[in-house]
Formats: sequence, structure tokens, C-alpha cells
Amino acid sequence: MNTNMITRRRIFLKGGFAAGAVGAAIGAGLLSPRIVLASWPKSAFDAKSLNDALKDVLGSDQTTASSDITIKAPDIAENGAVVPITVSSTLPGVTQIAIFAEGNPTPLTGSYDLGPGTKPFIATRIKMGKTANVLAVVKADGKLYSAKKEVKVTIGGCGG
Amino acid sequence: MANSSIKVRAKAEGNEVTVKALFSHEMESGTRKDKKTGKLIPGHYITEVTAETNGKTVLTANWGGAISKNPYLQFKYDGGKAGDTLKLSWVDNKGDSDSIEARVG
Repeated sequence: MNTNMITRRRIFLKGGFAAGAVGAAIGAGLLSPRIVLASWPKSAFDAKSLNDALKDVLGSDQTTASSDITIKAPDIAENGAVVPITVSSTLPGVTQIAIFAEGNPTPLTGSYDLGPGTKPFIATRIKMGKTANVLAVVKADGKLYSAKKEVKVTIGGCGG
Repeated sequence: MANSSIKVRAKAEGNEVTVKALFSHEMESGTRKDKKTGKLIPGHYITEVTAETNGKTVLTANWGGAISKNPYLQFKYDGGKAGDTLKLSWVDNKGDSDSIEARVG
């Protein structure tokens, strides 16, 4: 068997039977080694320092503050385990958005690569360990722009 | 229809499609300790979400353990219309995965 077949077989055995969603997805060619073995920025997610996380996920820690980035987040998060965040920007040429919780042990929460017609708009929910700034960094035409908003956290969301 | 871990609504308004998705996943961060044993609970979280439509990848989300349990994701893209097919798929750090095809409404 080649690697492609071995990986497909492993997915198939893990995923259950052909009648299930995973089996159907394999049959339709939706699950491929490309997806399973995709490059994930591990060092960025493991980075404890914000600057290291910025460098690893965006290529640089040099950002320019921009009022063309909007962060919508609660002033006070009732539950630090579920903090709703929306990041949007009116900057042209945005290819990537990264969202950090500066008070978390590892600040990077997620990074979003946008296709050519995709709007600079991401809404999700993150865990925050304590009161801290949420930092949104946007890569537009190769340059980094940022905005931040403080979110007060009463019950920390990193657990324990 | 088979049970999927992904619920998605994709709506076209003119040229712009808004996608709202909810994923069923424990998103265990890997930093929590089991209160009885004191040992770290191993991380188990979605690492990548991919959205594809009309032969293009519109979004790749790289996630870590700090995304909330049962993650929510909303994004928007141009160049879509009602009737298009949108494929959403995820992979997690244990190699589990799931995928769904939805019709843009």
C-alpha cells in the first residue's frame, strides 16, 4: 500500500462504516491526506510569548495599530470559557486574520487564511484565562495591522 | 440523514454569502488537570477547518485548544449564490475528521 492508501484506510477504520458520514465523505473524495496531514502552525500555538506567536503565525511581530479593524467582544465576559469575538476590517487586500488572548498561557487562539473573495470578517468563541486584551492582527497586502480590546473575565476559561 | 458533527447555514444576499457553522467537539485544551488524579487531561481539539465552494477554498481556519467547546464560526465571501454547494470539513489533533456539504440558500 502507498501512504495515500494507508492514510485513507486508517481514516476509514476510525470513522466507521460506509453508511456513516465519514465513509460517505471518503467515497466522495472529501477526506484526503492533504486535509489530514495539513500543515498546522504548531510552534505558533505553543508559543508562550505574544511576539513569538506573532512571528510564527504571521511572519513578524511588527504591527501597526489600525482603526480600520473592529473587534466586537463583551466588556465583561460572564464565562471565560465562551467569549464571543468578532473581528472585521475595512482594509483592502486582507489575506489572514489572527486572534490572540494576551492573558492566556499560549496567546494564539486561531488564525484564518482567507480566499481571494472572502471578506475580512470572522466571528467565533474563545477561551480566556483572565482579564486581558484580545488582539486582532490582520495581514493586508503583506503588512500587519492590529487592534485590541480589553475583555474583563470574572471566571477564567482555561479550566482548573 | 446521517448524524454530522457540523451544522451549517449558508445564506446568499446578492453576491455575498454568509456562513454560520456550529461544530460538535469537546475542544479539550490540554491544559486542564483531572481533579482526582492531578494529571493533565490530554488535548483533543479541532486543528483545521476548511470551507470550499465552486472549486475554491474560501477559508482555512487553524485552531488550537483555546477555541471554545462546540465551536461556532461565522465568515462571509463574495462570488456565491443560492444553489451553490459549500463543503465544510474539519480535522482534529487525534486525526479524527468530519465533513458536510450544504446548499447555499
